[in-house]
Amino acid sequence: MNNLVILPIAIPLVSGMLMIFIRERIIWHRVISLISVAASAACAGWLIRLNQTAGVQTLHVGGWKAPFGITLVADMLASLLVFTALIVSFACLLYMFGSIGREHERFFLYPLVQILVCGVNGSFLTGDIFNLFVFFEVMLIASYVLLGLGGKRRQLKETLQYVLINMTSSTLFVTALAFLYSAAGTLNMAHLAERMAEAGQSGPMTVISILLLIVFSVKAALLLFFWLPGSYGAPPAAIAALFAALLTKVGVYAILRVFTLIFPHQPQITHTALIWMGAATMILGAFGVVAYKSIRPILAYNVIISVGFMLFGVGVASQAALTGTVYYLVHDMIAKALIFILGGAMISIAGTDRLQDIKGLIHYRPLLGWLFFVAGLALAGIPPLSGFVGKVLILEGGIREEQMAVAVIGLVSSLFVLYSMMKIFVQGFWGETFLSEGEQHDTGKSALLPGVILTALVIGVGIGAEWVLSMADLAVEPMLDRDLYIRAVLRAE
Amino acid sequence: METFMIIISGVLYSVATYLMLSKTLLRIILGTALLSHATHLMLLAVSGLKKGAVPLIGAGAKYTDPLPQALMLTSIVITFALTAYILVLAYRTYLVSGTDDINKLKGSDHE
Repeated sequence: MNNLVILPIAIPLVSGMLMIFIRERIIWHRVISLISVAASAACAGWLIRLNQTAGVQTLHVGGWKAPFGITLVADMLASLLVFTALIVSFACLLYMFGSIGREHERFFLYPLVQILVCGVNGSFLTGDIFNLFVFFEVMLIASYVLLGLGGKRRQLKETLQYVLINMTSSTLFVTALAFLYSAAGTLNMAHLAERMAEAGQSGPMTVISILLLIVFSVKAALLLFFWLPGSYGAPPAAIAALFAALLTKVGVYAILRVFTLIFPHQPQITHTALIWMGAATMILGAFGVVAYKSIRPILAYNVIISVGFMLFGVGVASQAALTGTVYYLVHDMIAKALIFILGGAMISIAGTDRLQDIKGLIHYRPLLGWLFFVAGLALAGIPPLSGFVGKVLILEGGIREEQMAVAVIGLVSSLFVLYSMMKIFVQGFWGETFLSEGEQHDTGKSALLPGVILTALVIGVGIGAEWVLSMADLAVEPMLDRDLYIRAVLRAE
Repeated sequence: METFMIIISGVLYSVATYLMLSKTLLRIILGTALLSHATHLMLLAVSGLKKGAVPLIGAGAKYTDPLPQALMLTSIVITFALTAYILVLAYRTYLVSGTDDINKLKGSDHE
């Protein structure tokens, strides 16, 4: 029992609600947002420390013992992801201050961001699969409003599509949970894992797991990603950065958790499906990054490629691949927020996102250009930046488990990532500028501070890989030895 | 009783699917609402209706499992909020773009 576990959920929730009451005081909104995210990050950092020294931390909410009450579980995986998510939200908030405009701020932007963060943290920390659904919805409802905020025609259209798809997949989620409850008689993840290990994963259970896989695939943009490029292209860049860093990663986390803890017993069906869905996602994503000639769709398809790559790691499910996946998740959250923020700054300076109309930005903002260059290399996985180690481990795992074909697809997709990043860099930053002095639509200065912070993190996570990997190893431990997780939840004193 | 409920829920699923495949926004939204009803009904039915006992241990030999109802209630609240939101969103889209036909909404993105 440790009350610290609930703080990363409670702090953003309470501060979000508080801000609604002081709607007109934007300065206060900003201050409270930063304090709330920083305080939650401190709690998450402390949780990581506790995970290193004392193992998995749990909280039986309201004193109801598992499996009867809802349990919050902070194992290393959850704490690490919560910490990263909060750092990334901090950087996105900094970018919002300078870029998003008064109208958004007056219409509850910051409270919504806090609710979104609350939902994301909750999804990572919960140990009950129905509670996972609830936190998913908290996160999604905040994202629906953030997406629609502004009310332009394109935004409304994309929001409608996004809401309808997510409503349908959420309904499917409840359906899967109904089947799961009637078949297993419990919804606590540790208890489910125990039952599944005792009784074996029968045919109906595998069907339920496939249903859950479909649901999470929609949320994570694994193969069922057709909604993503549109909806990530519609909102302002700061919000798109937050979405790209957090939303799909929660889906990836859900797949990682469910298929390592509850349904790992029929890998020839579920994990094979994961591997090939990952491969198809990488291939289609690579088509996307080559086909488009505007910044936003290219970045959106990059999100899709990395999702495919991570789920290849989950599908392989050896120790190396899982460690690589956890590491890559951390890297990807940081790098995707970074690249979306920098891309957003390019768009705001040039006033368009079509690459043919952007040129020579390096004369105007050299720092922005070099940050983008580093971020592009990190996404492609060039050493010593952060993408490299994760890719190496996932590919090593894949090759050891004789998934050569998909490993090759993964490598080639990295080349496409590199190509697309350099396409944006070369076309956007090189050459003579179209814009004469004073013609810029925006200074782009607001992206520099968060850009520098996140780039420092990308380099830090790459160079300090040893340190991050020691945490990733701890995160993978309960996945390989499920008893660790089960004991911590069900048999805690 | 359970069989009957399952059949009803199956009918609701098919009606919802039919509605969601149509082109008018309002019909699609009604479809999602019906889809969630079907799911809630099924959630109640597959967990066993346990004919007429109260959800308290010790009040008699039989008792009803209260959890499915708690799950349903949570899910109903969420769907209710979502339906309210998407109705407003659809109305707003109708005002801005002057159509509620999904095909006509596609169009070009240039504003």
